[in-house]
Amino acid sequence: MPDGLDQSAEPAFDACGRTVISSRKPHQSGGHIARILRFALQAEAFASASGLLQRRDPRFKIGAMLALIIAATWAQHLATVWCLVLLVPVLTVVSLVPLRRLALQVGLPVLAFTGLIAAPAIFLVPGRVIATLPMLGWGITDTGLRSALMLVGRAEAAAGLALLLVLTTPWPQLVKALSTLGVPAVIVAMLSMTQRYIFIFLQGAVDMQEAHHSRIMAPASGRRRRQMIGSATGVLFTRSLDMGQNIHEAMIARGYRGQSLSLSTWRAGFADCLLLGIAVAILAAVIGLQL
Amino acid sequence: MHIPDGYLSPSTCAAAYAAALPFWYVATRRLGKGMNTRLVPLLSVVSAFCFVIMMFNLPLPGGTTGHATGMAIAAILLGPWGAVVAISMALFIQALFFGDGGLTAFGANSLNMAILGSFVAYGVYSLLAGASAVTSPRRLVAAAMAGYVAINVSALAAAVEFGAQPMLFHDAAGAPLYAPYQLSIAVPAMMIGHLTIAGLAEMLLTAGIIAFLQRSNPQLLERQALAARGHSTSARGLALILGVLMVASPLGLLAAGTAWGEWSADAFADPAARAVMAGASLDAAPSKAVPQGLARLSSIWTAPIPDYAPSFLKSAALGYMLSAFTGVGLIILAYLALTSVLGLARQRGNQHA
Repeated sequence: MPDGLDQSAEPAFDACGRTVISSRKPHQSGGHIARILRFALQAEAFASASGLLQRRDPRFKIGAMLALIIAATWAQHLATVWCLVLLVPVLTVVSLVPLRRLALQVGLPVLAFTGLIAAPAIFLVPGRVIATLPMLGWGITDTGLRSALMLVGRAEAAAGLALLLVLTTPWPQLVKALSTLGVPAVIVAMLSMTQRYIFIFLQGAVDMQEAHHSRIMAPASGRRRRQMIGSATGVLFTRSLDMGQNIHEAMIARGYRGQSLSLSTWRAGFADCLLLGIAVAILAAVIGLQL
Repeated sequence: MHIPDGYLSPSTCAAAYAAALPFWYVATRRLGKGMNTRLVPLLSVVSAFCFVIMMFNLPLPGGTTGHATGMAIAAILLGPWGAVVAISMALFIQALFFGDGGLTAFGANSLNMAILGSFVAYGVYSLLAGASAVTSPRRLVAAAMAGYVAINVSALAAAVEFGAQPMLFHDAAGAPLYAPYQLSIAVPAMMIGHLTIAGLAEMLLTAGIIAFLQRSNPQLLERQALAARGHSTSARGLALILGVLMVASPLGLLAAGTAWGEWSADAFADPAARAVMAGASLDAAPSKAVPQGLARLSSIWTAPIPDYAPSFLKSAALGYMLSAFTGVGLIILAYLALTSVLGLARQRGNQHA
C-alpha cells in the first residue's frame, strides 16, 4: 500500500475539492460508498508511482490498452484469450501496482460475476459430454466448457487492462489524452469535472447516511429507509443543480467562454512508440491470423 | 445491466457505437445551442448525480435490495437529450474508472440505458403526466411508471443483444464465442430480475425523488412541465404511435410458434407442439405427461379473451386488434383509478395535517 494511505481511513475533501484523509471510520451503511472512495484515493497514489506504464505517454498508453482490449474481445481461440489474461498480472507487477489490488477490484469480482453467469453454460450448451457431475449426473459438454472459459477469460482480460490504464494514469491526463484521440473538447471538459463531482457527491451521500443514523435509536423500517433514500437523493439533486449554477457563474467570472485549454504538453519517446507498436502488432496478429 | 467487455462480439459493439453516435451528436448540439457555457458545469453535476444514485441500495419489500440507474429521473428533469449526455457520461466513468460495464461495450450500454432508457422514460412520463399540476399524484404515478418501464425496456434490449450472440458467433464446433445463452434463456433470465427487483427499485427511487421535489422544490418540476407543454406535440406523437401500434398489432400473427414457456397444458399431448417445445429448449424433450402443478393451476382461471382471440370474432387479425385496444383501455383505467386513490389519500393526509 502506498505511504499515507490507511485501509480503514475514510477519504474526504477540503474546500478546494482536493482529496484528503479523514480519520473517521466509515459507518457500516455507507461502507460500500466509502470503499469506492478509498479505492479512488489509492488509484491516485498508484498513478504517481514510477512503474513501467506510469512513465508512458498517456496518449500511447490509451492506444495500447485499447488495442489489447479489442484483441481480447476479438480472439477466437481459448489459448489466445488466456495469454492476454496472463499478460495483465505481468503488466501489473512491472507497473508497481500490488497484485492484491488487481485481484480485489477486478480478478475476484469478475470471476464471481461472470463465473456465475457462465457456469450454467457448461451444462446447457449442447455438445459432446466429456464428464458428468457426481451425484447430480449433469453432463459437462466440451463446447459449454470452452464457451464458459472464453467468456470469463475475455471479461478478466478486458477489465484488468482497463483497470491498469486507470491505475497508472492520473485522471486529468487521461481525459486530456482522450481529446487527442478526437473526443470533442466539451465532452473532455465534462468528463474531468464529472469525475471530481462524483467524489464530492459520494462524500455527501456518506455524510447524509451518517447524519441520519446518528439521529435514530433503532433500525428503521423498510418503508422509512425508502423514504429516507428518496429524500436524500432529492436533496443531492437539488444540491447538484445549485452547485452547477454556482460553478458556472464562477467559471464565467474567471473568463470561461465555453473552451477549455490545457497548459501541459507531451513528447512521445521510443518506449512509448514501442509499447503501442507491440500492442497493435498483437491486435493485428489476432485479427489477421484469426488467433 | 451494465454489459462487461467480452460478452458482445466486436461487430455487435461496433454496430452499437454506430447506432449511438448520431444520438450523442444531436444531443450535444441541441444542448449546446440552448445552454451555451452552462452546458459543461450543469451536465457534469447531473452526470455525477446519476452515478451516485446507482450507489444507493434500496431496501425492497421481501427483504432484498436493488439499485436504480437514474435514467428516468434524469429524463424527467433534464429532458431526453440532456439525459442521453448525462447518463452516457456516468456510464463512461463507471466503465473506465470503476470497471462497471466494458469499454468495448460502452456503445451498447449507452444505447440501452442512456438512449433507449431516457427516451422511453420521457415518453411514458409525458404521456401519463399530461398537463397535470406539478404537485399532483398523477405525476408521481407517471414518474414511477416511467422508471419501471424504462429500466425494463433497457434490460430487454441488453437481453436481446446477449441472446443474439450464440446464434451469430460460434466456433467450428458450435461453442459460443461470446455470451453463451440463446434468446429463450437470456430474455427470461434478464427480465425476471428487472421486472421484479431492479424495476421496483427504479420505480420507488424515481417516485421518491419526484415526491421530495414536489414538496421541496416544485419550481424545478414546473420548469420541466412548461418545457413539456411547449413540446405537447411529442405527447400527441406518442399517442399517435400507440394508436398505430395497436392497429398494427395483427403483425404479431406473422411470428410462428408460441413464446418460450407459454405453452398450454394441451400442448404436452400434441406431437407438433412437443417438437416445437423441444426445439426451443436446446433439444430437451418435454415430459410426456402434463406436469401436475401446471394441470392443476392452469384450470383455476379462464381468460375472457384467450390467446387474444375473442370467441365471437372469426378474423384473427380483428381479434388481435380488439385485444390491443382492450388491453390499452384497461391499463388507462387502472392508471386513472390508481391516480384517484392516491389523490384521495393525499387529500386526507392534508386534512389531518
